[in-house]
Amino acid sequence: MDRRTVFNGRLLPVVLLLPQLLLTLFFFYWPAGEAVWSSLTTQDAFGQGWVFVGLDNFQDLFSDPLYLDSIVRTVFFCLTVSVVAISLALALAVFADRQIAGRGVYRTLLIWPYAIAPAMSAVLFLFVLNPRVGLLGRWLNRHGVAWDYTLNGSQAMLMVVSASAWKQVSYDFIFFLAGLQSIPRAVIEAARMDGAKGWRRFRTITFPLLSPTTFFLLVVNVVYAAFDTFGTIYALTQGGPGKDTETLVIKVFRDGVINQDIGSSSAQSVVLMLGVILITAVQFRFMGRRTLS
Amino acid sequence: MATLDIEGLRKSFGVTEVLRQIDLSLIDGEMLVIVGASGCGKSTLLRLVAGLEQPTAGRIVIGGRDVTAFDPSERDIAMVFQNYALYPHMSVFDNMAYGLRIRGLSRGEIARKVEQAAAMLGLDDLLARKPRQLSGGQRQRVAMGRAIVRDPKLFLFDEPLSNLDAKLRVQMRAEIRKLQRRLGVTSLYVTHDQVEAMTLGDRLLILHEGRPAQLATPMEVFEHPADTYVAGFVGSPTMNFLQGRLVQDGTAVALDAGPLVQLQGRRAGDAVMLGIRPEHLTPDAQGLMLAVDLIEPLGSETLVHGRVTGASGETITVKIAGAVAPVETLTVHLQADHAHIFDARTGKRIDPTG
Repeated sequence: MDRRTVFNGRLLPVVLLLPQLLLTLFFFYWPAGEAVWSSLTTQDAFGQGWVFVGLDNFQDLFSDPLYLDSIVRTVFFCLTVSVVAISLALALAVFADRQIAGRGVYRTLLIWPYAIAPAMSAVLFLFVLNPRVGLLGRWLNRHGVAWDYTLNGSQAMLMVVSASAWKQVSYDFIFFLAGLQSIPRAVIEAARMDGAKGWRRFRTITFPLLSPTTFFLLVVNVVYAAFDTFGTIYALTQGGPGKDTETLVIKVFRDGVINQDIGSSSAQSVVLMLGVILITAVQFRFMGRRTLS
Repeated sequence: MATLDIEGLRKSFGVTEVLRQIDLSLIDGEMLVIVGASGCGKSTLLRLVAGLEQPTAGRIVIGGRDVTAFDPSERDIAMVFQNYALYPHMSVFDNMAYGLRIRGLSRGEIARKVEQAAAMLGLDDLLARKPRQLSGGQRQRVAMGRAIVRDPKLFLFDEPLSNLDAKLRVQMRAEIRKLQRRLGVTSLYVTHDQVEAMTLGDRLLILHEGRPAQLATPMEVFEHPADTYVAGFVGSPTMNFLQGRLVQDGTAVALDAGPLVQLQGRRAGDAVMLGIRPEHLTPDAQGLMLAVDLIEPLGSETLVHGRVTGASGETITVKIAGAVAPVETLTVHLQADHAHIFDARTGKRIDPTG
């Protein structure tokens, strides 16, 4: 059956599409085009003039050890956030899928953090872990643990990973719960009859059947960690101490907005944009093939 | 292989009583078919034996061992599910090997057992395939293979043939029976299909609203149904029922519809239901007058549906060999020695006294 709606004439479909097209144009294509153009130029700090320099900005970037460090740091950050968020969400979803009292309340509470703005989640973590005002932070220092993420780079990374992962757990949890509920009950029962218990049943039956969900979430979480964590990191550490939590998006902001090096900052954005395009293409290819089979 | 004893089993979901009182024992190698209308509790009974549900009261004993409190994984039972419940991410081989791997058998032993079972079921060429690459009948075989490869104490079948087409169902029915006989594994088989029930079971358990209506061999159930429910459930087309009273000191039934039916032997009682199967009504000059509603030719025989003329107006089906010319009315004779007498109030069978 042909379910396509047929419009007569050209005007109506164009008018109906216009709001979305205009939004995309003004908020994506225009700035993206500007970024690509700026990445090919060098501008003085006061906006007095510019020079076309071709791919010099990119060449400088990839020969800059600070930028390469930032790439490594970002990859580490993304993978850590994804693995932590996915593992926690999966564990919580498995428990929420059981027949337990107060299941409805439990599920609803787990979804709440998703509704919190990134900067707010950072502030919540400050209240807990700040060495001077945070409850846990002060307790740690009183008991002889030198906890200060404003001085210790590893502790700072731990902070931003925790805060970022915490916010993403809710999202992953919803998907895992839905995935668990779509596994036919009889398959799990068949495994029980076959003698499979607890962890083994989870590892050999439940987890493999969740693998499409897990892969989807891995991609989504990596993208989230790479691009949507600016607010969280900036509110917690501003990329510091030193550059220990400076991911690629933080570096774009610092080089462009604070240091006014528009050319280099634009080149970094273009690299990021290519990264997103690549990840999305891989995901579409993979998910598309899955639904076909 | 083992015996199965169920003692005083009850199951309630909240205030709803699903199983009210089940007691039965199976000898080693016996196949019991549990049959009944939907909602009679037959699947619940199976799930209780499997351990997938916990009973409200009662005990389940397999091979002399009380397993009531055991997890399904500890009961050593294999179950064939209605929708097969194959592991979709595993090959046919892995599906069948899964239970053996959990039991920690060696690689060689697993391969040998799986190949043996596959050969028995004609699955040799399909071992590398995934379930989604199989037809319904093949999936059914894999589900069977997964059960037999483990050599369990007990087989449970939960309407395993209901998702197959009619022809395949007849074929698989025969295969299941042959396999079960050959392997000699004690089995419980749940179905709502009375043909499956009659052909597969050493004995039948007919459940009615959570109570056992009758537990007997298929022929006994057919020839001596314990009550009107069983009588109406077993046999196709279903048995006809006529209201009447026992007269002449319990040696005859005066039907409300008119005719007097002489019985063999004396029965105690008053208001009764007389049950007679469609094949035990024969066209005759005298007897019960029917107004014919519908004539269904089935080839080798013809079904005539009608109503008793007069006030009582019971609907009656008559099975006649060969073809029947269209008629408005039909007079049939009741073969009295095939009549079943039931108490009109309780529905229980009344057998001749002495």
